[in-house]
Amino acid sequence: MKLITAIIKPFKLDEVKDALKAIGVTGMTVTEVRGFGRQGGHTETYRGAEYKIDFVPKVSLDVVVDDAVVGDVIDAIASAASSEKIGDGKIWVTDVERLVRIRTGEEGPQAV
Amino acid sequence: MKSRALRIISGLGGTAALVALTPSIGFAQELTPDDVQVVLNNLWVFIAGILVFFMQAGFALVEAGLTRAKNVVNIFAKNMADAIVGILAFFATGYAFAFGSGGSKWLGSDNFFLGGFDDYSAFDGGLSPATTFFFQAVFAATAVTIASGAMAERTKFTAYLVFSVVMCAFIYPVVVHWTWGGGLIAQMSIGDAVYSDFAGSGIVHMVGGIAALMGAMFLGPRIGKYAADGTPRAIPGHNIPFAILGVFILWMGWFGFNPGSELAADQYVMSVAVNTMIAAAAGGLFSAITIWFKAGKPDVAMVGNGALAGLVAITAPCGTVDPLPAALIGGIGGIIVVYSVYFFDKIKIDDPVGAISVHGVCGIWGTLSIGLFAKYDDAFLGREDAGLFYGGGIDQLLMQAVMLLIIIAWVTITTAILFSVIKATIGLRVSAEEEIEGLDVLEHGLAGYSGDSVTAGS
Repeated sequence: MKLITAIIKPFKLDEVKDALKAIGVTGMTVTEVRGFGRQGGHTETYRGAEYKIDFVPKVSLDVVVDDAVVGDVIDAIASAASSEKIGDGKIWVTDVERLVRIRTGEEGPQAV
Repeated sequence: MKSRALRIISGLGGTAALVALTPSIGFAQELTPDDVQVVLNNLWVFIAGILVFFMQAGFALVEAGLTRAKNVVNIFAKNMADAIVGILAFFATGYAFAFGSGGSKWLGSDNFFLGGFDDYSAFDGGLSPATTFFFQAVFAATAVTIASGAMAERTKFTAYLVFSVVMCAFIYPVVVHWTWGGGLIAQMSIGDAVYSDFAGSGIVHMVGGIAALMGAMFLGPRIGKYAADGTPRAIPGHNIPFAILGVFILWMGWFGFNPGSELAADQYVMSVAVNTMIAAAAGGLFSAITIWFKAGKPDVAMVGNGALAGLVAITAPCGTVDPLPAALIGGIGGIIVVYSVYFFDKIKIDDPVGAISVHGVCGIWGTLSIGLFAKYDDAFLGREDAGLFYGGGIDQLLMQAVMLLIIIAWVTITTAILFSVIKATIGLRVSAEEEIEGLDVLEHGLAGYSGDSVTAGS
């Protein structure tokens, strides 16, 4: 089992969610985060003083999936989240050691 | 630091000045009860005007509460702007077009920039031009700010500024001139029926509502408001406490809006105030019942809209109806507003706060209701029992309808031209990126809520 984490632009969340549902992903967790990559920020003025906004609002999306579908899930997220502009985000994969469904006590791939 | 001697001299000088001035306040002769009444009239209308001005805060809070946090600075900026720009525009040309001492039945003239008066703050046995300007300017600011709700979350700030200027400098003043200013509509009659609109359900609220409708139509719906198959999606407001506080502030402000329109401090102020209070409560109640039945839960934002609908509806008939019909008029407004909100959503006109329904549709209902329920002479009607249900026949209802049609035609055509011109020149709508990111940082350089201590400004 793998944990796929994607940092995406907030307005792309709906598209990504729909794309994942379409390929059979049954659950996900989202967090509102702020961040930057090579995108950089911009300068604004508040009551005459300049300040820089470096951290841009993003959404962090987590899904735990079977090893077999990792490639499909990454493709689905990448194509739905892409706007072909800087700041589109990143996707990374980490290993999941153990997975438990709370309600039934199921473990492993059945708990996905 | 003034020396003691200097203070005595300036005190004497001040008293001398007061004595020299007193003939103009009437202390040299006896102060008659009429003089006192005149002062009270001006004083009351002034205070009522202050209450109406504070409705700007109410509108801002309702709109901010029912839209998203990323646009909150823009909402308040638009409300700030239309108050500032609207009042100045009304000062420059609006007052003159509406109430100017010269002109024709189509348009007033003279008194641009409040010039042309011998003494514009002199009472002269009535309301001074200063008092009239003050009261009417805050009404103009009310009419223009209605549209900002329907145009929220996607309108270019510059475009909205242009709209505010033209509304308060020209479009709204012409409607006022044709009615309260004694022009076109005021000179019409059907049988014994002349127009009546005590505080402006038609003249102020419907005008704002029509402008709101045209703005929303020319803008198009917000991104994401309609799903691919056309069903409307909820875009929940970010701060319901703001929205309801805003409703209460508006409700309170209406105690200036309606009773102040008596333009005198007399007993009718109180009957108007009572009608206003009761209609608001009835509007909220019937709105709650309606939405409870339709959606299964009492949506508090809709209840707030219902109270406002009741207030808008009673704004025209408040001088002529008994309290029980006032409750009915307000209550019906509360029912209508729910169905109207659903209707405009269905025909793909995105109105984030329900401004078109509350002010436009219920403004029409309130103005027409005079034709049904008018009983007392509200100083417009010139007769008793003008309403259909009081034996007045259908003339009053027809006259109200004619008045509304003329105003609707005027506002629709002028705002259509205005929005077309804006769209073709400076642009009306923000870019898609800006709309999605939020207008606050990109239009105003400022986030509404910077409480994020970790990353703000770093």
